[in-house]
Amino acid sequence: MSTMVMSADDVRRAVTRIAHEILERQRGGSRLALVGLQRGGAWLADMLGDTLNAIEPAAHVPVGYIDVSMHRDDISLRPVIPGAISRIDFAVDGTTLVLVDDVLYTGRTVRAALEGVNTYGRPRAVQLAVLVDRGHRELPIRPDYVGKNIPTQVSDDVRATAEGVVITKATS
Amino acid sequence: MKHLRSIPELGADGLTRLLELTNHMVEVNRRPVPKVPALRGRTVVSLFFEDSTRTRLSFETAAKRLSADTMTFSVSTSSVNKGESLRDTVETITDMGVDAFVVRHKSAGIPWQISDWTTAAVVNAGDGWHQHPTQALVDCFTVREARGCERFDGLTLTIVGDIKHSRVARSNIAAFSMLGAQIVLVAPPTLLPPDVAHWPVTVSHSLDDVVGRTDILYMLRLQSERMSQGHVPNLREYSERFGLDARRLAMLPSDAVVMHPGPMNRGVEMLIDPSALPNSLIHRQVANGVSVRMAVLFDLLAGESSAGNLREVAP
Repeated sequence: MSTMVMSADDVRRAVTRIAHEILERQRGGSRLALVGLQRGGAWLADMLGDTLNAIEPAAHVPVGYIDVSMHRDDISLRPVIPGAISRIDFAVDGTTLVLVDDVLYTGRTVRAALEGVNTYGRPRAVQLAVLVDRGHRELPIRPDYVGKNIPTQVSDDVRATAEGVVITKATS
Repeated sequence: MKHLRSIPELGADGLTRLLELTNHMVEVNRRPVPKVPALRGRTVVSLFFEDSTRTRLSFETAAKRLSADTMTFSVSTSSVNKGESLRDTVETITDMGVDAFVVRHKSAGIPWQISDWTTAAVVNAGDGWHQHPTQALVDCFTVREARGCERFDGLTLTIVGDIKHSRVARSNIAAFSMLGAQIVLVAPPTLLPPDVAHWPVTVSHSLDDVVGRTDILYMLRLQSERMSQGHVPNLREYSERFGLDARRLAMLPSDAVVMHPGPMNRGVEMLIDPSALPNSLIHRQVANGVSVRMAVLFDLLAGESSAGNLREVAP
């Protein structure tokens, strides 16, 4: 059974709000940069980047993408198929770098991304923006910007796209 | 994939998979810190019974960039000198808990033998005249990168030199034909294998005849010991007929590329300074060596744990 918990409009409004929160927290200070987590976070990073640059054209926020499969801690537990290739074309050193992912769950992907980002340089600060926080964290990781908190069961499947967020309950 | 021993064994799907995976490793190698923790806790041992510079060093660099531990087995300082057999050597190293053997040996088939004696993955880094699969992966990746294409349909690969004794030629013929290339071999009859009629290639004895119709000119090294064995009358005659000189370079189509697996014999098969070649991929071949071997080690050792070697041995 599938339920749409966020519509396309909800997603767009959440992204706009997060963009304002990021800029407010920044106070126009250090250089902002976004890094989307491949693959689910890539579209969201693009959308958030476009929104930020529309609100504050002078900010010139660059958007990069990171594939964290080679930094995962469960690499020996299951087959690993790297997704899209990482691409970070800007200097990471000294930026306020916002990691962007669609769904925050155990926190393990974010942990891998924190480690991965360090192979590109040393950001001044790293923050985390997610569209959906579905709970069930296994690591001490907390998002800075959340589109929506949605309580879920571990067995639920959560799909997030620009067209909306859909939860599918496991049929038992 | 449990082992990488030959290109035919790898197959076309495996070849494509490893070439795709190499793109990821190229990106890792471009980072300011080109190291990822993917193979942390895994051990790779290089077991080289023959000399090597680029293959051994690029495997070791590849293992280190993936955070694997490396061991180097050096034959000249090992118990092989006390008469320890290959099998005992392999079993001893296996007992120490290794995940992969990278093997080079002068006899064909040794990687298959070794995989019977160990639970670890075996990578063939050259066995006699037989196979050198990672070199073929490097060469395919380098051509893909240079031409910006995924398959080689419509391209002609011309391999020049000592085909008979060349594992690089055998692996490359298999790999490039899997990707759709036409293959032309150029060599004196004494340096062609007796069964060449069964290979998916056309044969020429004159470089001048074919150089104008090639997209990839692949020069092999002429090993000087071949002369003493009577395969070529003398090096000068060989160079004149099969060497790459300025005249033949001018006959190459303008978008053709030149490759060589190294080490090069300047003045024998390479009569011009390779750094003066306008379209040489020789440095790209070396540079891509590390990324390709990272892809191979990652493909073999990531995923389900093979580190249970110690546990699998009965107490």
